[in-house]
Amino acid sequence: MYTATATDTHGHDHEHAPTGIMRWIASTNHKDIGTLYLWFSLFMFFFAGTLAMMIRAELFQPGLQLFQPGFFNQLTTMHGLIMIFGAIMPALVGFANWQIPLMIGASDMAFPRMNNWSFWLLPAAGLLLISTFFVPGGSIGGGWTMYPPLFIQGGIGYDMAILSVHLMGISSIMGAINIITTVLNMRAPGMTLMKMPLFVWTWFITAFLLIAVMPVLACAITMLLTDRNFGTHFFDAAGGGDAVMYQHLFWFFGHPEVYIMILPAFGIISTIIPTFSRKPLFGYVSMVYAVASIAFLSFIVWAHHMFTTGMPVAGQLFFMYTTMLIAVPTGVKVFNWISTLWRGAITFETPMLFALAFVILFAIGGFSGLVLALVPVDIQLQDTYYVVAHFHYVLFSGSAMAIMGGVYYWLPKWTGHMYDERLGKIHFWLTAIAFNITFFPMHFLGLAGMPRRIPDYALQFADFNMIASIGGFLLGASQLLFLYTVVKCVRGGAPAPARPWDGADTLEWTLPSPAPYHSFVTPPLVK
Amino acid sequence: MAQNLRSNRQVSVCLPCRAVGSRPASAPALLFLSLLTSALPARADYAVNLQTPATGLANQVYDLHTLIVWICFVIFIIVLVPMGVALVRHRKSAGHEPAKFHHNTLVEWIWTIIPVLILVSMAWPATQLVVQMKDTSKEDLTIKITGRQWKWEYEYLGDGIRFISNSATSNEQIAGKQQKNEHYLLEVDKPLVVPTGRKVRIVLTAADVIHTWWVPALGVKQDAIPGFIRDAWFKVEQPGTYRGQCAELCGVGHAYMPVVVEAVPPQQFATWMQDQKTQLAAAEEASGKTYSLDELKARGEKVYAANCAACHQPTGMGISGAFPALSGSKIATGDKAGHMDIVLHGKPGTAMAAFGPQLSNLDLAAVITYERNSWNNKVGDAVQPSEIAARKK
Amino acid sequence: MQSPTQTHHTDVYYVPSSSIWPIVGSIALLTLAAGFVLYLGKVAAGPYVMGAGVAILATMLFGWFSTVIKESLAGKYSDQVDTSFRWGMAWFIFSEVAFFSGLFGALFYVRLITLPSLGHADLVWPNFEGVWPSAGPGLNKTITPVGAWGIPALNTLILLSSGATVTWAHWGLQKGRQAQLKLGLALTVLLGALFLGLQIHEYAEAAFSIRDGIFGALFYMLTGFHGFHVLLGTVMLTIILLRAMAGHFTPDRHFAFEAVAWYWHFVDVVWLLLFVFVYWI
Ligand code: HEA
Ligand code: HEA
Ligand code: HEC
Ligand code: CUA
Ligand SMILES: [Cu+2]
Repeated sequence: MYTATATDTHGHDHEHAPTGIMRWIASTNHKDIGTLYLWFSLFMFFFAGTLAMMIRAELFQPGLQLFQPGFFNQLTTMHGLIMIFGAIMPALVGFANWQIPLMIGASDMAFPRMNNWSFWLLPAAGLLLISTFFVPGGSIGGGWTMYPPLFIQGGIGYDMAILSVHLMGISSIMGAINIITTVLNMRAPGMTLMKMPLFVWTWFITAFLLIAVMPVLACAITMLLTDRNFGTHFFDAAGGGDAVMYQHLFWFFGHPEVYIMILPAFGIISTIIPTFSRKPLFGYVSMVYAVASIAFLSFIVWAHHMFTTGMPVAGQLFFMYTTMLIAVPTGVKVFNWISTLWRGAITFETPMLFALAFVILFAIGGFSGLVLALVPVDIQLQDTYYVVAHFHYVLFSGSAMAIMGGVYYWLPKWTGHMYDERLGKIHFWLTAIAFNITFFPMHFLGLAGMPRRIPDYALQFADFNMIASIGGFLLGASQLLFLYTVVKCVRGGAPAPARPWDGADTLEWTLPSPAPYHSFVTPPLVK
Repeated sequence: MAQNLRSNRQVSVCLPCRAVGSRPASAPALLFLSLLTSALPARADYAVNLQTPATGLANQVYDLHTLIVWICFVIFIIVLVPMGVALVRHRKSAGHEPAKFHHNTLVEWIWTIIPVLILVSMAWPATQLVVQMKDTSKEDLTIKITGRQWKWEYEYLGDGIRFISNSATSNEQIAGKQQKNEHYLLEVDKPLVVPTGRKVRIVLTAADVIHTWWVPALGVKQDAIPGFIRDAWFKVEQPGTYRGQCAELCGVGHAYMPVVVEAVPPQQFATWMQDQKTQLAAAEEASGKTYSLDELKARGEKVYAANCAACHQPTGMGISGAFPALSGSKIATGDKAGHMDIVLHGKPGTAMAAFGPQLSNLDLAAVITYERNSWNNKVGDAVQPSEIAARKK
Repeated sequence: MQSPTQTHHTDVYYVPSSSIWPIVGSIALLTLAAGFVLYLGKVAAGPYVMGAGVAILATMLFGWFSTVIKESLAGKYSDQVDTSFRWGMAWFIFSEVAFFSGLFGALFYVRLITLPSLGHADLVWPNFEGVWPSAGPGLNKTITPVGAWGIPALNTLILLSSGATVTWAHWGLQKGRQAQLKLGLALTVLLGALFLGLQIHEYAEAAFSIRDGIFGALFYMLTGFHGFHVLLGTVMLTIILLRAMAGHFTPDRHFAFEAVAWYWHFVDVVWLLLFVFVYWI
């Protein structure tokens, strides 16, 4: 797409990295903050993953074996909430922090101090959220969607969760403002918008989504808070309120939110595939338009989560049509990826394996999404394990696997060491296989009629649940290998060259590995 | 194609519930069957597809799903094949040199437009079906369904028949202390009875939180929202028992809120109605009588187990932080009036529901008496149905 | 492909030194949240912990902004940094727009969808007429809304004039007339305070509370959040006034002033919508 000349790569590195704990606490360095985000996300991934292991353990057999239903509900709720707000989103913001300045040739993010604040709000929020497990009444058990009136019933933990989500929301909004401003104002000379790497584009649009919808979530959960504590009746019919209104507000946030989690993942995949095909990304312009259309459509499809609430027929049809339309731009992306592969010179390093699996498995998740988009079918499937299967295909084999691929891809640049390719590949295969064992059977469970969010189920669901649990444990164990491989790479390994992937052509590869503490202090020239 | 599949399916009639008896050992083998599998007729032993439809609507849903899965499957293959070819033939290790092309406006337009057309072909049948599903007019019979934590209340509008349908699965089975029944978690004490061949309109609401009334084979799933009325309809073709459960997370008892519908021929339905009316009259009479403390306690124990134990626990100790202990509770050992009030009217804003409209006066009297004289509570007095009746006014 | 034109692009973007204020801000918000939780849990210490949170937050804001002002006065910010600030503020206001859209969305939803459907739900609420304003079918309360043409109309006038005075101040600043700047700002602050006073008076007189069904809830939530924004705006304007008196602004470098002015105009527009949809129709 463009060739980059880094006029200055190490000249300004005389200001050395600060040391000690203050380096992390008071940091204004996008790389350090990116690193903080990524470690935080990894920790949360394991925390929420542990909850998932507990879920799968309880569901191993019908009957109540390990946990009481109340605690089980807390497990599912916290698993979903933490995976989304604690693992996936921070990981993607971590990527944004590391990569956006590097890819557009900026010296840092536009607001380095605010950047630090965005990060440090997350541990505060996480602390508040996790400590709900230790308060009277326990953690929240109303589902990550926090629907009233059920959410009104809980104890003090529910208020803590609301405040925690507020903090995460503030963090996201500040992070998004930072990213947008960085993209708009910090590009190196010559880096026009339509020359930006696609990863930057996806984050640019995602940041816009974040600013538009996080405040709406804040609004909805503030109403929950006042309904719970100050006698308002927003969601209580007796006072003229409406529980379904909450769902509208929530999903007006919630649907764009799922694209917030997938668009940057698309960006990562669109970076990896051309690299290992040694061929430019096919259809760059249409990719940009596709992302923009997905973002636009994401604002007008939200009620596909509410087809069983009984909205009028016109509403159901409208939301069905708009939802189905999203398949078109998403399809464009899939086809472009395949055309990028076509007649390339393909190699199969770990990041590429993750990217290829992404394309296939995300498509499956997309198809099940399409099945759900059809109102009559959704009415059968909503709130069943089919939905659980759908969203793990788009979220785990989508977002999470793209993140893993991205981590392998950029680890050499981040750490200066090559990761262990053999371990990476083993991790990939274990993950891909275990993932399918875990989640593919859930389609069957859902079709056959197993509701989600239940600690105990009827006997005809026993086989597939057992399979899913076994797969789940394997999947969990495989992630220990991920941890090991990453830590090993951080601590040492073969030194990485500046450009370990011969097909990579974005700006960051013009810098030495690891990337110097301050990079592009003088903007590079992009031709 | 869909048509073919459908006739197949009707031959091998199979309620997935039947699979329970003979569980195949080879289930894992099924795992990697593609999505396609889920569109094939349900095999006798596996439940990998939608349940066998029992209504016209459910049938159409089944066919629509089959159609969509086929379309998606074909697209999936179309995606996989070129990808596979590229991965095999255009490998660097196979000596392939990368091409340089990076866009082609024509093909990009083609693969934008063709999916649109495909989507239209999916949306068309779906639209017609949605319109049908929403048409609740010209019903033969209307039943009001109220979701409560965690039971369903059914009321035949216009006939005065009203009852509560509770889960009939015992705690022993859940805890694994007893062999699980065939219909574990999908059985109730009193099913909803409907006539076959009639258009039944259900109107739904809820008393506490959102619940969802769902019977897969009937093709009905509808949220019951407190304070609002929503409706849906079904017309069962064949007599039989159809099972489902609450589909919206509604608290700790969400997994234990089954729905059972028994469809019977219209004549039998008429008889059943008659029976219900007679029983209603008998209950009316029973609540005029006076009972001894022991009689009330014995009855109360059952009522308690069915209605209260889920929260307050069989031990009366509740769950710390969520549900108060009744054993030693000030209310349950205080004056009768206060005790009756909380049980009759519940406590708004908490999980404690108003049981006044749910239980008969006799049951209310019994359960209150039971609570006052069990565990550590030894008040010694009995509450009579007549006192409940007086308090209700 | 074009070659870059790099005529007056600043060579070095100012990356600020490390700072402890962000984490202090996090601690402040966590303390505030924890105190609030304690308060909700009816623990006596709650309000004090909240107070501590607010105090830390105030310290943080003071410290952070002092640093920024110092850096700004030291001329460390290039034009590019200035542009960043503008984008940042613009998108922040956009997020506020989104927040109020959520609240207005709720208002329209209730008026157009919820109340009519409750009115039709005869099986649950036999005699309920779902017309705005309403406190809902279960509370048994009639709502006497605040008339639009009393205090609210006056407040509209006040806010509109305050928009004018702040613009007038801006003109003064641009033309280097410091006296006009200060006077304009002082007037704006005064009008903002007047608005708040009247709003408080209106709350005190209102015949309904936030607990009175959906009308009360929406009314106080919407006007309350707006009022809170007016309060923040007034405080910020005051700071700007103080800075103007300290001579911080020059005709071509006064982003802080503009940011607050934008904010003030935004608050103004929200009020107009409130006036129309909450008070008037
Ligand atoms: C990353 C997250 C992510 C993504 C990308 C998606 C993508 C999609 N989702 Fe999903 N969804 C979730 C996360 C996500 N979803 C979550 C978390 C939930 C549950 C929330 C909860 O209740 O807890 C959910 C639930 C959910 C529902 C509600 C289910 C229910 O509760 O009843 C629906 C219904 O319409 C839906 C639809 C879709 C559709 C149509 C897409 C589309 O974007 C998919 C488009 C992609 C393709 C179609 C595949 C590729 C395309 C081609 C190869 C082109 C050709 C194809 C055709 C012409 C068919 N999703
Ligand atoms: C991006 C998001 C994301 C990710 C990555 C995952 C990952 C996983 N999820 Fe996820 N899940 C959600 C988002 C996600 N989930 C959401 C939003 C919901 C809905 C919540 C709701 O209903 O409100 C949900 C709900 C949900 C359910 C349904 C619960 C219910 O409805 O009752 C289940 C059930 O199996 C499940 C399982 C799993 C499993 C096994 C994994 C695995 O992939 C996890 C694997 C990772 C690890 C396990 C790492 C930890 C490893 C260790 C700690 C080592 C120890 C290992 C062993 C003990 C073996 N999830
Ligand atoms: C959904 C859970 C739930 C069910 C089922 C339930 N209760 Fe309760 N009950 C509660 C909660 C929660 C409270 C506490 C309300 C409060 O905050 O004061 C309560 C309080 C009470 C109290 C007052 C106890 C005290 O000391 O404060 C009595 C008596 C009582 N319930 C009786 C019953 C009876 C009788 C039944 C069955 C017919 C029953 N409950 C069923 C949840 C439940
Ligand atoms: Cu009732 Cu779930
Ligand atoms: Cu969605």
